[in-house]
Amino acid sequence: MAKAIGTVDIDTNRCKGCDLCVVACPTNVLALREQEVNDRGYHFAYALNPADCVGCGSCALVCPDACIEVYRLMPKN
Amino acid sequence: MTKEEILAQGGSKVNARPRLMLDATMHYCPGCSHGVVHKLVAEVIEELGMENSAIGVAPVGCAVFAYNYVDIDWIEAAHGRAPAVATAAARLNPDAMVFTYQGDGDLAAIGTCETIHACNRGENITIIFINNGIYGMTGGQMAPTTLEGMKTSTTPYGRRVDLNGYPLNITNLVKELDGVCYVTRQSVHTPAAVRKAKAAIRQAFINTREKRGTSFVEIVSTCNSGWKMSPEKANKWMEENMFPKYVPGEIKNTVKND
Amino acid sequence: MKQQINDDVKLMKGNEAVAHAAIRYGVDGYFGYPITPQSEVLETLEELKPWETTGMVVLQSESEVAAINMVYGGGATGKAVMTSSSSPGVSLMMEGISYIAAGRIPTLIINVMRGGPGLGTIQPSQSDYFQATKGGGHGDYRLIVLAPASVQDMADFVGLGFDLAFKYRTPAMILSDGIIGQMMEKVVLPEARPRRTDEEIAAQCPWAVTGKRGRKNRNVMTTLELESKMMEENNRQLQAVYDEIEKNEVRYEQYMTDDAEYLFVAFGCMSRICKKSIEQARARGIKVGLLRPITLWPFPTKAIADLAPKMKGILVAEMNAGQMIEDVRLAVEGAVPVRHFGRNGGIVPNPGEVVDSLIKQFNIHD
Repeated sequence: MAKAIGTVDIDTNRCKGCDLCVVACPTNVLALREQEVNDRGYHFAYALNPADCVGCGSCALVCPDACIEVYRLMPKN
Repeated sequence: MTKEEILAQGGSKVNARPRLMLDATMHYCPGCSHGVVHKLVAEVIEELGMENSAIGVAPVGCAVFAYNYVDIDWIEAAHGRAPAVATAAARLNPDAMVFTYQGDGDLAAIGTCETIHACNRGENITIIFINNGIYGMTGGQMAPTTLEGMKTSTTPYGRRVDLNGYPLNITNLVKELDGVCYVTRQSVHTPAAVRKAKAAIRQAFINTREKRGTSFVEIVSTCNSGWKMSPEKANKWMEENMFPKYVPGEIKNTVKND
Repeated sequence: MKQQINDDVKLMKGNEAVAHAAIRYGVDGYFGYPITPQSEVLETLEELKPWETTGMVVLQSESEVAAINMVYGGGATGKAVMTSSSSPGVSLMMEGISYIAAGRIPTLIINVMRGGPGLGTIQPSQSDYFQATKGGGHGDYRLIVLAPASVQDMADFVGLGFDLAFKYRTPAMILSDGIIGQMMEKVVLPEARPRRTDEEIAAQCPWAVTGKRGRKNRNVMTTLELESKMMEENNRQLQAVYDEIEKNEVRYEQYMTDDAEYLFVAFGCMSRICKKSIEQARARGIKVGLLRPITLWPFPTKAIADLAPKMKGILVAEMNAGQMIEDVRLAVEGAVPVRHFGRNGGIVPNPGEVVDSLIKQFNIHD
């Protein structure tokens, strides 16, 4: 069975690097940028494994700063 | 796939920043539960079409600036007095949907009197109660809800009940009051919990709109800065330590779910 | 000849007159907690049930702290909201009054003073003058303070207090006392008028927190400003309003001052006692007049300064240990001797005591 395809759009400068989205993601898509910081000095979240995203929205639900938007394409069948 | 490709092939945006969240970056620490609850408040008000009738009453505490983040009318109250402020705002403006947003120090210490009496009168308001067992804004002092043995800056060796009394489960007290139609205890530490917390806030705001009495929504929350833990560890600690004392779930509901 | 009876003239207590006047003025809400000697305000409102006629909300709160914060919350929505209490209760309200002043919320607070400090006595006093006129709560703020001397004043000052409060967007206080609140006198109640509609409130109070109701910009009532420059600017704006009030709203009454050689300065019930004292003093050949401040803030500084050089001495008569005398001395700036006559603890002086004090303190030989 084909799985849904998703993608995340992270407002990098709003992110505070709390890591909760990384923990919440069931398919280990997300990670924090370890070598890079945003305008406010935080190691922000990004999609390390974008191909694994199923668009479940868990990351956005737990994000305290409302900086993640999620898009999803359901399988055709 | 990019978001453009997903949209072009018939996909959709499934999670968006709520329209009623203002552009300001929240002052909360990374991982703070307040942000999630603010987001839920904004989403529910938008979904119920209440943005023109909602009046929020902000507390003193970390959420004092709640009015900077959700695009509705707000009144910032003196410490602990939000239920009194909301009482008058609601009685004088019966068409408004009035809610307070308060922390544990504001609601269960300095404002216990106003909390109990507003609930007992059955004021047509919703009270959203953030319980993280600590005073966040003033730097991590003991709250009425601080657990036994829990270290804070004013209980540096852990809360001792012989010195400081017992953690106050005010939600269970509120449940006993006849003016209260809905009491629930939720959390926002997992995606499933966030969904349930949102449904609870939605139920409460509908109760207020329908003038059913007082609705009381406790959100057991983390204060990772005050607890001196990472956000992830704070969530685990909350599950292991806060939940046995503050058990999540519906506590009272005198109305059918809408 | 048959006596004409004027139906408009009623006999009632000062506290009752406040309740009647509030309903007639179109007040939207009253929130209060029982305390002697002012409980008749709440009792009369509950008896009159204005929620069935004008729609006015009346609520007995759980404390004075809750009451004043209800006034804050209700006033923040642009409604005309009031409370009443007596000295210890008003002390409890001080934090809330500071917020109301900072938020520039037009409201009316009534203090029917009793003797203090502490739980004190339920007998009348004027010992909350400092608290009322110097701010009382924290921060740089003022209240417009009206001092009634009759039941008629009690009725009239409800409307005047609200008119001034809304004109300047600032809280007003009626500083009454146990005598004026409890005594019965004839009174002509103000004409009844309807409460303002929501549309009228929105037009009069564009800042009111009502829910956005389609407004493009949201309204937020907050007194918090962590940016020091902005907070100083907030203070400047408050002070500018207070300057305007001081310029325009000083009210006082002069009585037999034209030929006076001595001057009484007294407010509220004490000013009435002083009128009798003047009669007694003049019968003994001592020419005394009275200046009665009606607004305790703004204080009639100029009127007193103008009168002072014509006097041999000024006696400030108060039912306290000497509070308003400080403002009189500031006004007089040492031009003539200023002395104090005071009773406290709930003692109401008789007119003769005041005359004796005048004669003794100014060494007058009659």
